[in-house]
Amino acid sequence: MSIEYIIAVFITVVGASTPILLAGLGELVTEKSGVLNLGVEGMMLVGAIAGFATMDLTGSPWLAVVVAAAAGAAVSMIFAVLTLSLSANQVATGLALTIFGTGLSTLIGQGFTGHGIPTFGTFFPEALANDRFGRVLFSYSPLVYFSFIMVGLVAWFLARTRPGLILRAVGDNDLSAHSIGYSVIGVRYAAVAFGGAMAGIGGAYFPLVLTPQWSEGLTGGRGWIAIALVVFSGWRPVWILAGAYFFGLLGTFELYAKASGASWTSILPSEAWAALPYLATVLVLAAISVSKSAGGNAPASLGKPFVPST
Amino acid sequence: MINLNRRTFMAGLGATATLAAMASRATAADPLKVGYIYVGPINDGGWNTAHEAGRQQMLKTLGDKVTSVYVENVAEGPDSERVMRDLVNQGCKLIYATSVGYNDFALKVAKAFPDVKVEMCTGWNHADNLSNYNIRFHQARSVFGTMAAMLSKSGVGGYIATFPVPEVVSGINSFTLAARKVNPNWKTKVIWINTWYDPAKEADAARALIDQGAEVLTQHTDSPAAVQVCESKSIPTFGQGSDQGQFGPKMCKSSSLDLWGSFYSQRTQAVLDGSWKPEDTYWGFKEGALDIAPIVNVPDDVKAAAEKVKAGWLDGSYNVYAGPIKAQDGTVKAAAGAALDDGAILGMDWLVEGVDGTLPS
Repeated sequence: MSIEYIIAVFITVVGASTPILLAGLGELVTEKSGVLNLGVEGMMLVGAIAGFATMDLTGSPWLAVVVAAAAGAAVSMIFAVLTLSLSANQVATGLALTIFGTGLSTLIGQGFTGHGIPTFGTFFPEALANDRFGRVLFSYSPLVYFSFIMVGLVAWFLARTRPGLILRAVGDNDLSAHSIGYSVIGVRYAAVAFGGAMAGIGGAYFPLVLTPQWSEGLTGGRGWIAIALVVFSGWRPVWILAGAYFFGLLGTFELYAKASGASWTSILPSEAWAALPYLATVLVLAAISVSKSAGGNAPASLGKPFVPST
Repeated sequence: MINLNRRTFMAGLGATATLAAMASRATAADPLKVGYIYVGPINDGGWNTAHEAGRQQMLKTLGDKVTSVYVENVAEGPDSERVMRDLVNQGCKLIYATSVGYNDFALKVAKAFPDVKVEMCTGWNHADNLSNYNIRFHQARSVFGTMAAMLSKSGVGGYIATFPVPEVVSGINSFTLAARKVNPNWKTKVIWINTWYDPAKEADAARALIDQGAEVLTQHTDSPAAVQVCESKSIPTFGQGSDQGQFGPKMCKSSSLDLWGSFYSQRTQAVLDGSWKPEDTYWGFKEGALDIAPIVNVPDDVKAAAEKVKAGWLDGSYNVYAGPIKAQDGTVKAAAGAALDDGAILGMDWLVEGVDGTLPS
């Protein structure tokens, strides 16, 4: 196993991990406010087609990212109105949002099948990415660096700022937050919109960076991985980063092991390899519930509709 | 021509239920109604696009003697039986079921409606009113294998495979056998991704194969994702199903093209004539059911060698499955002077010498 090989694996892992990292960060903030939005896959697909269409029509990747974020946030507002203003069941509405987003993206995408777009690649000069060191640091799409910045920003926002404290208070005890004058519904609307925007960007990563084309169901179920990732992380932003790369490594590792012809890869069928991230999540959940000290991070009001009766 | 997608089809069912009784009293003067079911959208740029193009050609050839409906995005499995029964109730007397997962359900429909003819693509059941049809896809794979070996210095190629069904296995074997005729030390590295369609995974598999030293790549998946990766990494590649050159203008050297049109015209005409008999069809280059897109951006000798292989299939002088052929474990599958017959190709469940990696169970 040469250094070159490890670098190659690493670069592929970064590509596989970034979309679930972006979507997972958004879902983390949403859940921290006490809202469980299972519509991540649908929002990612809407972001993917919005980003692709914008890139195809205008040729501007930056504009495509902005439009993808706006589109993801826009469809998340359907969820927000139903669950926050009308107190609909969050699980059912989230699942409906996934189905809706899948259908909507297919409908919009019909006019874009078969189009090719340029890849939203590195913005560093090529000379920087010439040697090994340069390739590890400078060969990625700007969205990869954006995802790292967002990890820092979300961690800082939740732990160190006053609005972050309010958001956590709303997620942990909505009635108390309400009684001291905070707008529970308003905070949750903002958190759902942020989650939608991040899912939209994560979805747009597929057509803009990984596979510069549009096709139905492009995200291939990775929205569900993002939701599993939030649980896996124990609602901690830095752990989302670690988890995303761990999940990305599991998927990539299988492909590289198979390509090398290693016989031990046939011990598990492909479907079992694909299930490993979920299995890991279940194990972590079990570990969290066993060690009570780590379990205190889950938002106490997660998934409960807020009805200010008093 | 009537275009239907799944939803408008469902909505129209109520209205057509009353028409079904009338259709069953159809006289010989009425046009023959032909139904098609597709596993994906007709604009997938591959498998389903090719079948739809074949349907259009059939309609053009036979003119007002036929009418036709299709239903797209029909899942493989029990639901396909319901869709086929609906087509029969709408008056279809001939049904083309265009994906392997409809196999057993096509048989059920054929048994339930003896006066309806069913043609099952890549299937294997038999009945008095059911035939199977297939294309010798491996013929195009042997052209690409020949080119791959000539375009690679190290003699290592990559192959993104889907499921271990005979159609895919015989493609890998044909590609490898043809390459080894050029370079006896040729190796094909295979990744099984267990899906027809997951662009991000297809792209990751392509990267993994290239990072492992594959100098040429080909794939049996439905999206052009791997072709795009090859274009960005300057790795020669080949498209499948329909021309994927637009996704790799420099590196996509050619594509295999499935041409179902003349088959659809001929078999539909046979129903019109009353001469239709259950018989399996297995066409290739020679019968015009398979072709390759123009070969681009390769040295002249590579192009000449590729065209020689195709010409050999046309005049019968080339057969990639002529012996001696050894399986991975060294057992002789065809001795020198012998060749694999159609049954062996249509039921292929072993890999030839020179393939790295195993068949998933």
